[in-house]
This record gives sequence, C-alpha cells and structure tokens, in this order.
Amino acid sequence: MSIPGAEQLHDVRLHVNGSVHEVQVPARRLLSDALRHDCGLTGTHVGCEHGVCGACTILVDGRPVRSCLMLAVSAVDAEITTVEGLTEDDGSLSPVQQAFSDCHGLQCGFCTPGFLTTITAGLADNPDPSEEEAREMIAGNLCRCTGYQNIVKSVLRAAELGKGDE
Amino acid sequence: MTTKLFGAKVPRVEDQRFLRGQGRYVDDLLTDDPRLLHAAVLRSPHAHARIVDIDVSDVLDLDGVVAVWTWEDLTGPMAEPLPLLIPHPTLTHGRTQYALAREEVNYVGEAIAFVVAVDRYVAEDAVARIRVDYEHLQPVVGIAAARAAERTVHDDVPDNVGARMEQENGDARAAIAAAPHTLTLDLDIERSACTPMEGRGTVARWDPDTSRLTVWSSTQTSTGVRGCVAAKLGLDLAKVDVITPDVGGGFGVKVVHPWPEELLVPLAAKTLGRPVKYTEDRREHFISSAHERAQEHHVEVGFDDEGRVLGLDVEFWHDHGAYTPYGLIVPIITSTQLLGPYKPQNYRVVFESLYTNTVIVTPYRGAGRPQGCFVMERTMDAIAAYLGKDRTEVRSANFIQPDEFPYEHGLIFQDGRELTYDSGDYPASLAKLKELVGWDEFEDFRAEMAAQGRRVGIGLACYVEGTGVGPYEGAHVHIETSGKVKVATGLTTQGQGHQTAFAQIVADTLGVRFEDVEVTTGDTRKMPYAVGTFASRAAVMSGSAIHLAALRAKEKALRIAAEALEASEEDLEIADGVVSVKGTDASIDLGTVAVLSNPLRYAFDEASKAATQFSVGDPGKPPVAEGDEPGLEGKDFYSPPRSTFANGMHAVIVETDPDTAEITILKYAVVHDCGHLINPMIVEGQIHGGVAQGVGGALYERMAYDESGQLLNASFMDFLMPYVTEVPTSIDIDHLETPSPLNPLGIKGAGEAGVIPSAAVFAAAIEDAEGFPITAMPISPSELFELRLAHADEPDPTEAPTRSTP
Repeated sequence: MSIPGAEQLHDVRLHVNGSVHEVQVPARRLLSDALRHDCGLTGTHVGCEHGVCGACTILVDGRPVRSCLMLAVSAVDAEITTVEGLTEDDGSLSPVQQAFSDCHGLQCGFCTPGFLTTITAGLADNPDPSEEEAREMIAGNLCRCTGYQNIVKSVLRAAELGKGDE
Repeated sequence: MTTKLFGAKVPRVEDQRFLRGQGRYVDDLLTDDPRLLHAAVLRSPHAHARIVDIDVSDVLDLDGVVAVWTWEDLTGPMAEPLPLLIPHPTLTHGRTQYALAREEVNYVGEAIAFVVAVDRYVAEDAVARIRVDYEHLQPVVGIAAARAAERTVHDDVPDNVGARMEQENGDARAAIAAAPHTLTLDLDIERSACTPMEGRGTVARWDPDTSRLTVWSSTQTSTGVRGCVAAKLGLDLAKVDVITPDVGGGFGVKVVHPWPEELLVPLAAKTLGRPVKYTEDRREHFISSAHERAQEHHVEVGFDDEGRVLGLDVEFWHDHGAYTPYGLIVPIITSTQLLGPYKPQNYRVVFESLYTNTVIVTPYRGAGRPQGCFVMERTMDAIAAYLGKDRTEVRSANFIQPDEFPYEHGLIFQDGRELTYDSGDYPASLAKLKELVGWDEFEDFRAEMAAQGRRVGIGLACYVEGTGVGPYEGAHVHIETSGKVKVATGLTTQGQGHQTAFAQIVADTLGVRFEDVEVTTGDTRKMPYAVGTFASRAAVMSGSAIHLAALRAKEKALRIAAEALEASEEDLEIADGVVSVKGTDASIDLGTVAVLSNPLRYAFDEASKAATQFSVGDPGKPPVAEGDEPGLEGKDFYSPPRSTFANGMHAVIVETDPDTAEITILKYAVVHDCGHLINPMIVEGQIHGGVAQGVGGALYERMAYDESGQLLNASFMDFLMPYVTEVPTSIDIDHLETPSPLNPLGIKGAGEAGVIPSAAVFAAAIEDAEGFPITAMPISPSELFELRLAHADEPDPTEAPTRSTP
C-alpha cells in the first residue's frame, strides 16, 4: 500500500511544564518526537522506541508514561511534565535531581531524565520506600553505565531530602 | 591553602546540565533549524546476496523527500571501499565495505541506500519504497561454519581466514610434553554488544559562505572522524570541524573506522546545502553497528605438582563478522592479555580471525580481555581441581611477584610495543580479595546453606589490563584575565566525568579554584591533534597531558608574577588563583598576571585596571620578547613509552536454584588497582557499570543469529540486558594503589576493568556450586539445567571437576 504523499497535519495544543505549545503534527507523530523536535524540549531521550528502556519517560497528569508509546495527538488534554519541568521554581534542583548528584547516580546522563521522572512519580506514591521498594521503583528503566547501585541510593536519598522539605 | 582535589570524591560538574535536561547529545542539536533535513538508510534484509538491481523511481515522488543515494551516485573516494583503519601484517585478507553496498551485501543491516527528507518519518516511508532485486547466496554464520569453510563470505578470501597470527615465548609444546601433568580445555564465548543507551548519530552543516563543514558526531574519536570526512569528501582538513557533544555511552562501539552514515551525512549536507541529521534507531544499532566477544579457544597446559604452569599452548578462532575495518585489535589483545598476572614459563598462542555473514566486530569494553581472562582463569581452576588444591593457591604459585616489575613477557602488545607490565602487587590484591569476600570462611557458609537445601558456589578471577595506550594526547590550558581557566583536550567524553576529573588535576597543578576551571573535550577546533576515548586511556593520556600543559602555564605565570612582584620565582606559590610571595603579604591575582602577559592592555575589566600598578617587560626590547608570546597559556602533549597495566581481582558467591537452575548473586567483591585515583567516586562508578555489563555478558546477553544470518533478538524486548533486578545489590570494593612509573601522576586506566573477569568469575562460581565443568558463557538457567541432566549420571556431582588428557 502506498502512503499518501502529503500528510494531514493536526493542530495540537500541548501543556508541558506549565507552558502551552501549539504544534502542527501528523497523526502518527510520537509524543517523544513532538516534545523533542516540535517543542524543543530535548531533555526527554529516546533509547529504544518500543517502550522497554524507559529513557523517554515523562509524567502525564503525574503518572509515568513512555512518551515513545504515545502519540502527540492523544496528549491534547493532558498535563505533561518532562525532565525540564522537575527543577524547583527558583531554579534549584528537585530532591530527586539533587539526590542523583549527591549519590553519583548518573554517568553519561542519557537514561537519567527517564529515571528522574519515574522516581518523582514513585516517591509521590511512596515517599518512604525501603531499599527493596526503591529497587522495584526503577526496575523498568535501563541504564548501561552506572550498574544501578548508586541509582538505588539516589532513590533513598531523594526520599530523605523530600522529608527534609516538609 | 587550597585543599588537594586529586584523590577526592569531588561531585561531578557535568551532572548539573544532565539533571536539568540540558545535556546536548547529537540528536538534540539544530532542532530549531527549519532547514534541517533527516536521513534514513535502506539496509539489507539478507545476510548474503548479490544486488541485481536497485529501483529508486518511487522515492522522489514522495512529498518531502529531498534526495536519495545508492552506490552508483557516489563519486571519487566515496565510491571506494571504506578504510581499513588499523592494518596489520598478519591481516593478509582485510576487507571493508562500501559506504553504500556495491553489488554484494554480506550481513543483514548493511547499508544500501541513503534517503534524505524533511523528517525521519518521511525518510523511512521513502526507504520502504525502494525495490531491490537480490540473487541470494548461502551465508556463513558462526565460527563453526566459518571454520568448516564449505562456503565463503568473500569469493577471494580462502577458507574465510582473514588473518592468522602466532606468538611464542619459549617452547610451549616441548614444555607441555615434558610436564608432570597436562590438561586440555575447550572454552567458548558468545557474541554480545556495547549497546549504549544513545545509539550512533551524526549531524552536519555546510556553510557556503566560508566553505566550511561542521560535523557533530556521537563518536569516541572526533579527530578520526574529521580525518575520514575530509579524505572521503575531498576537503582540506582545515575546512572540516568535528565536534563531539554529550555522548550517551560508548563502550567501544562509537570508535571511528568510519561508519557509512558518518560520511554520508556530511556528503548530503554539502551537496544539498542544508543541515542533515541521522539518528540511529535501536534495531539499526543491533544490526548495523558492531558486536564483539565471539571466540572459541583450545587450551593445552602443562604444570607441576604445585600448579605452576610450565607450558601453555592456546589456539583460538575469532569471529570478526563480515568486514575488518578495525583490524585485529580484539584477538591480539586476547592473545597477549590472557596471561593476566601470571608468568607461564613457555607460552605459545595462535589465532585465526574468521569472516562470517554477520555484523562487524570492533572492541567492546574489555576488548578481547574478557575472553582471555576466561581462558586463563578457567585453566587455573582446572589445574586446582586436578591437583585438589585451593584455587587461590594455584594462582599464588603463578603470580608475577612485586619485585619482578617491570616484567617482560617476551610478546608484542596491541600497541606494537613490548608487553611489559609496569607495576602491581598481585599477592597483596589476592589477600585483600580473600578477606573481602570471606574466601576462607566459605566452606562453613556452604554447609550452612546446604543444611537449608540451598546450593551455593564461590569463584574468583584475576586480570591485568593494558591501559593508557599511546601514541599521545595533548592539552591546552588558557588562564583568562578573569582568572578563569579554560582547558581543552582533544579526546571525547562518554559519561566518564572527564570535565570533573580533568578540572581536579588543573586545580591542583595550577593552584586555582576547581570552580574556575572549565574543560572542553572532543572539539577539533580547540585541539586538532588527539586520538580518542577508548582502551581506558583518557585519564592516563589526557590527564597527563593536561597536567603537563598546566605546568607550562604555571611556569609562565610564575615568571611574569616574579617580575611584577619583584621577587624570585622560587619564593612564589599559587593558591586559590592568587600568586603570593611566601611569608609576605605581597600577591597578585592570576587574572592580573594574565593581563600582564599581554602587552595590549586595554582596560576591559577589573583585572586590567589592577594590572596598571605593576610594571613588567624591558622598555628597551620589543613588547613581545623573542621566544615569548602574548597570553597566559600552556600547551603540551603526553606520549608514553608503552601502556600502563592496571589489574584487579573479582570474586562472586552465587546460589543456583536446585529446581529452576536460576542463578542468583549473593555477594560480589572487587579489588582494584589502577594506580593513583583521581576521583574515587568516579572510579567506583566505572567499576559498578563494568560489573553490570559483565553480569549481562556472563548470564544474559548473546546475539541470537539463525542459520540464515537473521539476528532474532535485535530489540530491547529480546536482547536481555541487566535491569536493577539482575545486578548485585551491593559491590564490595577495595583499592590497592601501585602507581605507574610511566606518567607524572602515577595513574592507570580504570574504564574497562569491571567487565573483564565476569565470564570467568561467574563460570567459576557456578561450577563450584554445581560440581561439573562450565566451559561456555553466557549461561542461562535452561542451559544450566541441560548441563545438570548431562552430568546426572556422574557418580558424585559435588566432586571437583577434572579434565585430563590420557
């Protein structure tokens, strides 16, 4: 079957990190591509494009979602948070970001945005995880650099920092 | 006084941008440039076929498609085969592919056509419209088929043998024949791959106003890419800039040789006059980048009653895939590095490097060493089992002793230099490892576990790693009038924290604040002579070069400051960016010294105004004296006589499920010696990551090719890499520091250590748990289960394994 030459474009209004992005995209455009290439928010990374590695994880209405498994046109009414939106209003790092810095929870940094968003949502559900629960929280994200030990530490440290904020 | 930063766990400066989503990887660049075009590649669906015809007539009709290339559209050097980057005299039948296949394809994934369009989706639509007629040829898949040579990969390469190489020190065969005991072993390792989270990627922009080409590539060698691009596109080197931005992991696969796309993207950008980007997708990474590890080994060893190796004869077969762009680095490393910390008195090694119709092989973290370590350590374990000795005793009997350094093996290493170890203390490392893992208490633990119906085993493995290979790296240090220090080194960074570790060196050497140092890597505009980040060489090579360059800048700073302060250079010290006369209040900021170093003294800033109170220079001479130059800079290169040799030992305790044969890691211990540590936090991070990749290589990762050469597990769904659930919950690490005498900082490389002993250490522990020999890795639970069935008839499964020649 041949593919039609000119693709129909859809006007899509994306709510990302508290701002509105008006984009025109074909129906097949992945949300990950729309965020990166249409909104210019390149912090969200694409590692596999089939939902396995977790690098592209964003928060949709507060829940972690693989943005490579969602179409941009289906995100119209959602509140999206990407890694760029995790930083505090004053520009300082969020507890999860700070914990990664404290615990050397990253090396090349490519998978990091997906871990940060995943853990942010995880700690919202369970602010005081055990080590086993911390491990479970990140068990769907691949990292090729760190060996994960320091990421587990980062989860526990973020929980501590989060408590300090209260 | 400034705190010493070398050796301190300094938090990484690069983390700030990564954590905020402000990292800039190749695919993040030029996203807001409306002229940016995107490329996609048509790849061969067949492992071995002749191309009869390529029909691209449907492609350009598609809205949004800008251009398509096949081999017929290439001209000049681009139409010739890609370079064989590292030739070797024994590589008698080196072969490389074309940037786009000409007449024949030799692996699934080989590039055939290159399409450029307004976005990647359209480019992929276009690729799907290209029709290719193939004449199918029978593929050669796997080492057994390559050795059988019933068919060949290349018509003009007899028996699929690309290279045969032999080295010998002493007379191994005679020594084995005369030895009191002999054993033979056959030991196999499967294919795996680097698989960084970020795949390959290249962006190029042609500037018609200046006739300059700028290329950004996710590479481990910017200068290599620059040289290849200039040569293939027929451009003056001075017209090509290559910049390596943030890189999402390399592990060897992003070394240059170059990739077809790394040349085609710049070609397209120059031809079309618009920026072009190619970002590899995950399936492409599996089928068109590079793999490593697959080797089969045959070992004959002769030894005495103490387990001392008297003669070692190793023959092995290396699967290098369809082409040999990177030469013989991997099997040469196996052949030389399998000796580890031992000194067999007679050693012969011979290998054949074989063509198969599968993806090419280039170094993957460890680069041939995991295979070599597997061979040697399995041999040590077999000797111990045969003699009924503790495995650590047999190793001790074979160690090179601390007073024997530098130790010459009588072989030639990968860098073409004598294989000579610089320093180490293997008995001390072993003592630390035994303590760390509880080696001497393990039998009690085994009995305790057995009483609960649980089966456990312990294993250890030792390695030596040639790191810091030459030929050189350079660095440039510039102290600005603000007092800030800008440092450039040519090699790239892929997550190893170079910006932090190198800044630590500069801060200490120069006496400036760590926060005032900014390091740039992998930009040919700032350091056009560089080699690259691979082979655990960055800290040794660029670290040393940066230290030397900083010393040069310091020397000049002291000379100028001495004149300004009317003091002797010997009486000066620099701390926190201030030069002071020791024991007095007289001082001058480094930034002010930088102003004084430049006779053009416009008062741009506070430092310039401050400089007016000092007077330097002889009014009777030209403002820039002969032999001097304006500015406060230092540039230097470091070139070592030969590689440094880091070493280490790992031990693991595993539990194997009596029913399911599932393998669980209970304890993992590492003793590591990479000389002086610049930043222990970063080194330990490298060890953690290496161990995780090693766990993958030992227990999960393999490239599942079928007999027709299709890679059946070319996705993250099917290729099993460790998640947090598969790695040890903790790794006990102890360091030993035997400094290298070969460089000013006494450092050795640390990047690959964690992955080298993995196959060996897991095989040893599983063997110890199960009581039968483990000779092939990786091993899955189902394979372990099959082995149990095969050994079920043996009289006592807990008896130590023995393999003896008649």
